Amino acid sequence: MNSTAATRNDATIATDGDAFVLHGDDRRAIEHELAHYEQPQAACIEALKIVQRRHGWVPDGAIPAIATVLGVGAADVEGVATFYSLIFRQPVGRHVILVCDSSSCFLTDYEALYDALAEVLGIRFGQTTSDGRFTLLPVCCLGACDRGPALMIDDDTYGPVEPDDVAELLEAYA
Amino acid sequence: MTASRSSLRTSLRYRCQLRQAAAERRAETHPLTWRLHDDNRPLGFDEYLDMDGYAAVREVLGRQSPDEVIDQVKEANVRGRGGAGFSAGMKWSLTMKGEGIPRGYLVCNADEMEPGTFKDRLLLEQQPHLLIEGMILGGYANNSRYGYIFLRGEYVEAARAVTQALEEARAAGWLGKDIAGSGFDFDIALHTGAGRYICGEETALISSLEGSRANPRAKPPFPGQSGAWGKPTVVNNVETLCNVPAILRHGVEWYQGLSGGRSDDGGTKLYGVSGRVNEPGLWELPIGTTGQELLDLAGGIRDSKALKTWLPGGGSTGFLLPEHLELPLDFDTVGQYGSRMGTGLLTVVTEEQSVVALLRNLEQFFARESCGWCTPCRDGLPWVVKILQSIERGEGEQGDIELLEDLAVKLGPGKTFCAHAPGAAMPLQSAIKHFRDEFERGISHRARAAHEDPIPVGEV
Ligand SMILES: Cc1cc2nc3c(=O)[nH]c(=O)nc-3n(C[C@H](O)[C@H](O)[C@H](O)COP(=O)(O)O)c2cc1C
Ligand code: SF4
Ligand code: FES
Repeated sequence: MNSTAATRNDATIATDGDAFVLHGDDRRAIEHELAHYEQPQAACIEALKIVQRRHGWVPDGAIPAIATVLGVGAADVEGVATFYSLIFRQPVGRHVILVCDSSSCFLTDYEALYDALAEVLGIRFGQTTSDGRFTLLPVCCLGACDRGPALMIDDDTYGPVEPDDVAELLEAYA
Repeated sequence: MTASRSSLRTSLRYRCQLRQAAAERRAETHPLTWRLHDDNRPLGFDEYLDMDGYAAVREVLGRQSPDEVIDQVKEANVRGRGGAGFSAGMKWSLTMKGEGIPRGYLVCNADEMEPGTFKDRLLLEQQPHLLIEGMILGGYANNSRYGYIFLRGEYVEAARAVTQALEEARAAGWLGKDIAGSGFDFDIALHTGAGRYICGEETALISSLEGSRANPRAKPPFPGQSGAWGKPTVVNNVETLCNVPAILRHGVEWYQGLSGGRSDDGGTKLYGVSGRVNEPGLWELPIGTTGQELLDLAGGIRDSKALKTWLPGGGSTGFLLPEHLELPLDFDTVGQYGSRMGTGLLTVVTEEQSVVALLRNLEQFFARESCGWCTPCRDGLPWVVKILQSIERGEGEQGDIELLEDLAVKLGPGKTFCAHAPGAAMPLQSAIKHFRDEFERGISHRARAAHEDPIPVGEV
């Protein structure tokens, strides 16, 4: 990694307490992505997702590190990172619950499902449980409207989820 | 305990399921789904090959000219299944190509996020080879150098199926250099998204593909002239592209005949129903099938309630009434009734459900998903939400309905960079038109001189 990234990483120590080091595998995965596109900037979203897959979120130090690998400005990477809802710029729980709050799930009462989740977990949308186990977020129509209300936990989509199912369903996610 | 836990997970796990059994589906009548298994297992590569798979590619590449391909797609009149209904053949004929023009891109829009829409998921998860075949043919017709499948990030299952299918197709020579000995080179990459509905708008999708924030771009230039990295770029929906192989294999007349005189549009459509119906689901049916036929297939409304209103094709289409159930659902017909066919997946609203509350939910969606580029969309939509919330609480003011109507005009076609704001205006306008009394019941205050905390709404 070149010196720019190292300097920026040093700078983040003060605020983060941890220097960010891009994992070798991740860097190779990002470099591999570059081959698919005419311009390196195009690999930006995938690069953020690669980092997020390892860390659960995108730490501040990852932004200049990714920018360096792609050869683009850190501000561009940050602008992209903050735009997309599935890129997390703050730490999230070990499991992310995405609750569909779009129309068909509204009509099949996702609000009751949300209330049950909020009660069992003791958090609202945008929050993480104090044990760091779950983060709760709203999401656009999950394309599972024939089985609403629908939600996703990590990579798994479920529906229709009744409020009474919540406690048992969550047990599977340690 | 462990067993019951895993069985709850298994029983609740979402599986995309077509509601027609294999025995009902035939190659001549169900070109999109006849090959699918009953148990929602993805169709294997060998199975696809055994069932006439890649036959259209073999037949067309190198034997017909790209223009001949375009002419057939145009004559078949396959209208864009992403919701706007633009003729795919017409779009392809407008793509810049020829001497001195660089080869560009064919992009499959697999961002499916329109509220109430669950159709592309089926094709992506269970039959990705049909999409790949359609993309090879589209790439050939448009002289594209490379293809992308822009897939929403949440479709994890689809990403797995598509990745595997791309590898299989490449290994067998259906992708890469000199496909089927035709001299045509074309490959496809999977690009997965990271959220935001606006990515589905075709110019925003191109911005996102290039690795930027998903801001739409002004048209012209159209993507077919200057799209991804300034090259001619064709964007088509998953279902649109999946229609192409059978058109080229069985001919235009056959394709037109599929709608059986119900519609001037050709082919079949993936139609669906969601909401409080007994058996929500997804079907491949002749284009021009009516809302009533779909509602019947969905087993009618739960608890024997009556239908109040319905959206014919997602959250950005206009509300229709029970009397409209008899209309053939195609692009031109639905367009005459203050709505659009959109994605063709019905959202059913029953008699006891509140139109104002549903509209508030829809407008919250549009407000949250606005990219923030144009003033009416960025500032107008939160204002709409605020007014709807007060009407919902029964605390609306005199003049609020007129204000909503005025905002709907300001959000309408031609006032913003993209069709997101007009998409938000359509359910708003149609809800007030059909259910004005419900809005009036939420008005309890006299008008104030000026609205508290007004949010300015200007022109772009
Ligand atoms: C806000 C917005 C979101 C859209 N989302 C999608 C989408 O998820 N999938 C899609 O195919 N088209 C979507 N569209 C329509 C596309 O802009 C475009 O018309 C379509 O991809 C063209 O393909 P088609 O002609 O094959 O339908 C969206 C349009 C707008 C304005
Ligand atoms: S209409 Fe809305 S979503 Fe479309 S460009 Fe303007 S602000 Fe963005
Ligand atoms: S509206 Fe919730 S999955 Fe479609």
